[in-house]
Amino acid sequence: MELDPLMLSRIQFAFVVCFHTIFPVFTIGLASYIALLHGLFFKTQNPAWDRLALFWTRVFAVVFAMGVVSGIVMSFQFGTNWSNFSLAASNFIGPVLSYEVVTAFFLEAAFLGILLFGRGKVPEGVHLFAATMVAVGTFISAFWILAANSWMHTPAGVELIDNRFHVTSWSAAIFNPSFPYRFAHMAVASFITGGFVVAGVSAWFLLRGRDVTANRRALSMCLWLLMVLTPAQAVIGDYHGLNTLEHQPTKVAAMEGHWETSGNVPLLLFAIPDQQAQENHFEVGIPNLASMILTHTLDGEIPGISEVSPEEQPPVALVFWSFRVMVGIGLVMIAVAFAGLLLRRRARVYENTLYLKVLVGMIATPFLAVLAGWIVTESGRAPWLVYGMMTHAEGLTPSLTGGMALFSLTGYVLVYAMVFYAGIYYLTRVVRNGMLPHEARAEVDPDADRPKRPLSAAHTPFDDDVEPVRS
Amino acid sequence: MEMFDLSIIWAVIIGFGVIMYVLMDGFDLGIGILFPFAPDEDARDVMMNSVAPVWDGNETWLVLGGAGLLGAFPLVYSVFLPALYIGVFLLLAGLIFRGIAFEFRFKSRRNRRWWNRAFCWGSAVAAFAQGAVVGAYIQGFSVENFVYTGGALDWLTPFSVLTGLGLMAGYALLGATWLIMKSEGYIQEWAYKITPMLLAAVLIVFAIISLWTPFIDELVWERWFGQLRFIWIFPALALLCAFIVFRSVQHKREGVPFVATVGIYVFTYLGLIFSKWPVIVPPNYTLWDAASAPESQLFLLIGVLFVIPVVLTYTAWTYWVFRGKVRVGEGYH
Repeated sequence: MELDPLMLSRIQFAFVVCFHTIFPVFTIGLASYIALLHGLFFKTQNPAWDRLALFWTRVFAVVFAMGVVSGIVMSFQFGTNWSNFSLAASNFIGPVLSYEVVTAFFLEAAFLGILLFGRGKVPEGVHLFAATMVAVGTFISAFWILAANSWMHTPAGVELIDNRFHVTSWSAAIFNPSFPYRFAHMAVASFITGGFVVAGVSAWFLLRGRDVTANRRALSMCLWLLMVLTPAQAVIGDYHGLNTLEHQPTKVAAMEGHWETSGNVPLLLFAIPDQQAQENHFEVGIPNLASMILTHTLDGEIPGISEVSPEEQPPVALVFWSFRVMVGIGLVMIAVAFAGLLLRRRARVYENTLYLKVLVGMIATPFLAVLAGWIVTESGRAPWLVYGMMTHAEGLTPSLTGGMALFSLTGYVLVYAMVFYAGIYYLTRVVRNGMLPHEARAEVDPDADRPKRPLSAAHTPFDDDVEPVRS
Repeated sequence: MEMFDLSIIWAVIIGFGVIMYVLMDGFDLGIGILFPFAPDEDARDVMMNSVAPVWDGNETWLVLGGAGLLGAFPLVYSVFLPALYIGVFLLLAGLIFRGIAFEFRFKSRRNRRWWNRAFCWGSAVAAFAQGAVVGAYIQGFSVENFVYTGGALDWLTPFSVLTGLGLMAGYALLGATWLIMKSEGYIQEWAYKITPMLLAAVLIVFAIISLWTPFIDELVWERWFGQLRFIWIFPALALLCAFIVFRSVQHKREGVPFVATVGIYVFTYLGLIFSKWPVIVPPNYTLWDAASAPESQLFLLIGVLFVIPVVLTYTAWTYWVFRGKVRVGEGYH
């Protein structure tokens, strides 16, 4: 079989970007949570907030470091596998991605060190300010990345001259039509991810009766947050979908498994889309509901996938099922959040073993939902790289052969498997170590005046044979 | 923007970023290359501790340079990376492994042997890949109509293998002289002992490359044997620095060997730049051909001019805090 460099490059990009995404999606939410904990401690001086802040800052340090490592690989992917796209779009993509790097470095240089190692060295107000700036910085990074990504979905503010995009309006290009929706959807997803992870870990500690006071507080906060945000995310997602219907109708049709343009479109709960036959098998749906959701009328007409020729269609089954995974997880999240409210009314939320176990089980779900959502939006854009202007095939590196692409894909899979096995293993140890017994603000790290890297903030040993540095 | 040539400003910024990266990541990669030859495990602790607080800041310049290239000289980005596809993968894999080894070696005892290997091999592969990039740059790339048209292994020639090995030796020399400055006792003695050998290796490779290069590239021949006579000052100064390294090691000076080694790098780098200027994607494209649109260069310049002083200040502060000798058993963990 002839190896297809295009398909292998797409798989490679999907692989490295999926691996990368799980770290920032967590740190964006977690950074804000840590800033909030610092703020609460600053205001109330209650040591429970301080201990929570310290514990979660250690977790943040490890996840942040893994995000940086996997991000370095990302910054080279555009050139190695998509050099035609890089050159053509460099006038816009280049500065925007560079601004992300510049922001991240500025942040790391100025504030991350103070957040991780400044405790006891700088006044509490300065520490709080640094924590806030780190949280703000994660949003600025996300801003630039999503500006670049949204522009590829709904390009604006550019003209194409001699195969090169030239920026005619920076504001139109950055604040392109899908950007506000994508940014809001992703920001809320980050908060929900942070919320479910903190809730799940707190529940895990409560099940073992460890640090009950602090973990109850953490769990309670998360449940309030999730009760507001999980339904809000459904509403934002709906608006995002309407925006997509306007600009990328084929993607929405693929999400709904809707082949022929028609009104009275049912919402399919199950189907096996058949791209070759251009139809679905084993359809089960709720009549008229898709029309209702997308057009807000019962018989609203929705353009079908077959509006474009088969070569210009995205992989329908992948988009269709990823969308159902994302929405399905979202609905479960809403149910779990509201179950928390009911239990809270009877004051049993902290003792209900089953509910706490469910929360522990939920830790992985926001990550799955985020990845499924990205698969929907990215593969739903196919075959376009810059929607309507440049296809994946046109953006590919011309000199790339199938063998080279297979070599690097295999290599990245192996490297990531080893490195992230070590990383996740270590992260689990940091979490299990929990809040340390004598952690109080008065204690000053003896090495506090030394410059450090993010992972140094986690003192947990890698193996059982090394004593923790901080006791 | 008729007043300033943005492409030249960007060339200076990226040129500065590259030499900053080579010097700073150079000595910590060199420490990794020397790792298996260290006298004992205590010495390895000291070696790693001497670079642990600064290595990730050093790599900042690589990422800044990569992003800056995409923004300011996208042709470099879109030709070098496809042409060096395999090498780029090896470079990234190497950097990832050694980065992780830095973090986990101190947190582990049972698996320390494996982290040692990851650190050494990662450093060596990354250094070789970077040296091969220099060789590939001197050789030039087959590019038609702004698109790389060569094969996957065009970069891998006897010449680029030599530059790869040369940079490994060069980084090891930077690492050894850094260690002279940062260590004492038997570790420093060991560093004094290996420095002249590494210096000799570097000089041999340096001589072969210098003799070989004019035969590869007509432009270089023209520069060196044509009108541009002052260019001979750079190899002369580099040789002078090499002599200073040799003498200062004999006299057991502590800081001079490292500074003089940095001098070798700077003058070799300047010699290379003056050999090639203004060609940035050899053999045919100048930095103006490779540039992005002026409005894009300007848009990015504002942010970069703001952040570079911050990064420099932070870097200086880090090195200041961490000045002085690293001793056995003294922990940076």
